[in-house]
Amino acid sequence: MSPTEIHQRLQDQHDDAITAFEADALDPFVLVKSDSIVEVCQFLHNDPDLAFDCLTNMSGVDFLKEEYIQVVLHLYSYTHRHAIVVKVNMSREEPSMPSVETIWKAANWLEREIYDLLGVVFTGHSDLRRLLMPEDWVGHPLRKDFIEPEEYHGISTRRESLLK
Amino acid sequence: MSLAGYEFEVQRDDGLATEEMTLNMGPQHPSTHGVLRFVVKADGEIMRTALPDIGYLHRSIEKISEKVGYHGFMPYTDRVDYVSAMQCNQGWAMVCERAAGIEVPRRGEFCRIIACELGRIASHLLSVGTMVMDIGGMTPFTHAIREREKVNNLLEDLCGARLTFNYMRIGGVAWDLPPGYAEQVTAFLDRFEPFIAEYNDLISYNKIYVERLANVAAVSKEEAINYNLVGPNLRGCGFQYDVRRDEPYSIYPELDFDVPVGTGEVGTLGDCFDRYMVRIKELKESCKIVRQCLDMIPDGPVLARVAKKLKPPVGDAHVRVEASRGDMGWYVVSDGSEFPYRTKIRTGSFSAMSIVDKLSRGIMIADLIALIASLDVVAPEVDR
Repeated sequence: MSPTEIHQRLQDQHDDAITAFEADALDPFVLVKSDSIVEVCQFLHNDPDLAFDCLTNMSGVDFLKEEYIQVVLHLYSYTHRHAIVVKVNMSREEPSMPSVETIWKAANWLEREIYDLLGVVFTGHSDLRRLLMPEDWVGHPLRKDFIEPEEYHGISTRRESLLK
Repeated sequence: MSLAGYEFEVQRDDGLATEEMTLNMGPQHPSTHGVLRFVVKADGEIMRTALPDIGYLHRSIEKISEKVGYHGFMPYTDRVDYVSAMQCNQGWAMVCERAAGIEVPRRGEFCRIIACELGRIASHLLSVGTMVMDIGGMTPFTHAIREREKVNNLLEDLCGARLTFNYMRIGGVAWDLPPGYAEQVTAFLDRFEPFIAEYNDLISYNKIYVERLANVAAVSKEEAINYNLVGPNLRGCGFQYDVRRDEPYSIYPELDFDVPVGTGEVGTLGDCFDRYMVRIKELKESCKIVRQCLDMIPDGPVLARVAKKLKPPVGDAHVRVEASRGDMGWYVVSDGSEFPYRTKIRTGSFSAMSIVDKLSRGIMIADLIALIASLDVVAPEVDR
């Protein structure tokens, strides 16, 4: 199925959940409302003509100037060999969206990573802990306005330039 | 690492008093292939679970990309998976080319594929060598490393480095093949192809080795897809899928090669042995691809003209590359400036690590070593 057909199919079923569709982008994407992401993903996964059985990639992007955080899901179907990108926008102050872990197990760690690095809270996640950073780390390093702390447990994070 | 939610109740039928045991494995355990840590919850020798604790090698490579620009990030991609850096180079080059709409000269594509497939041979040799060493056999490792050194020599002739190559550029490759390279590579392949059979005779069907791997930690196809296992780990479940063949990129559509899959020949389909055997078979396929490329390679330039300050249009691009550890996803967001706005690398080892908790339940502690080795996890690729 082409991305336009996939969008049409989604539109028929979940009209009010889809806020935008960009067919001319390099990877065509649909923009989905955050609170209906689970139903949309469930449909994408279960519908026999769509059968998106694999979540190949999931990333978080912090748009500082536009004041929102975007979570990007790259879906792929091994059955039909087609792909679609699903994007979800949320506020920068309290970014949160429902977890899709129940649909694709791969989302477990991918969501933990996004929580760790961007501070997006995935509601309903079974084990939402930091993944890459230490547990007591303050802040989310991939936020565009993140300022690295001067030290961590007495270890300086600064180093003088060797060229001086 | 907090272990809340991972308590297990241990009960015995014979009434003997017992309790759950928490063991620490790593971060500097020789069999964890880098700095990885597992917290093992065990009931005697049987594991209840092994929880991976990662992040020891987190260098924030994705953040670095936002500071160094598109061209400047190329050497950093070597460090994502230093065991097979060529495909990481290729992934980054391809995603930038896609975002900016750059065409790679045909000879450049051939140089890339020759380099990548030699890199795959080197990576798989390390994988099958260390696998035997983890299980307890030292000798086959030295045989595999002996051959790997020869591949490293070839790659050194190509780009001057043996591990972190920095060979590719956005728009092609940095250098053309050196004079007489085709003869050198062919001579190596002639010697190397019989070695695969020799290696199989030496260890692959050794009784002790087979017993250690057969029926251990089998993964079904559905489970593998749900956890997004990729590459040899996915093919080990008997599912014939290879990005090079099924979502072809570069010049792979013109090349003739097979996609080996696990067959369950000594035990269950999708067990540790199947994953191991897929890598052995892929060695041969990579040799086939390199030979074809050397025959078909056209004359011409190897590098397109690309702006020094590359500024892809506003938008995002995603590519998938079949690296040695499977489908590697590269995602880049451009805001129209000369620095990537956001880069995300989804690697094969990352998803392989996330399934360890599930697979380790109910197997012996000693089998954890076989499991990690068979998933071919490389720690820096997990943490990035």
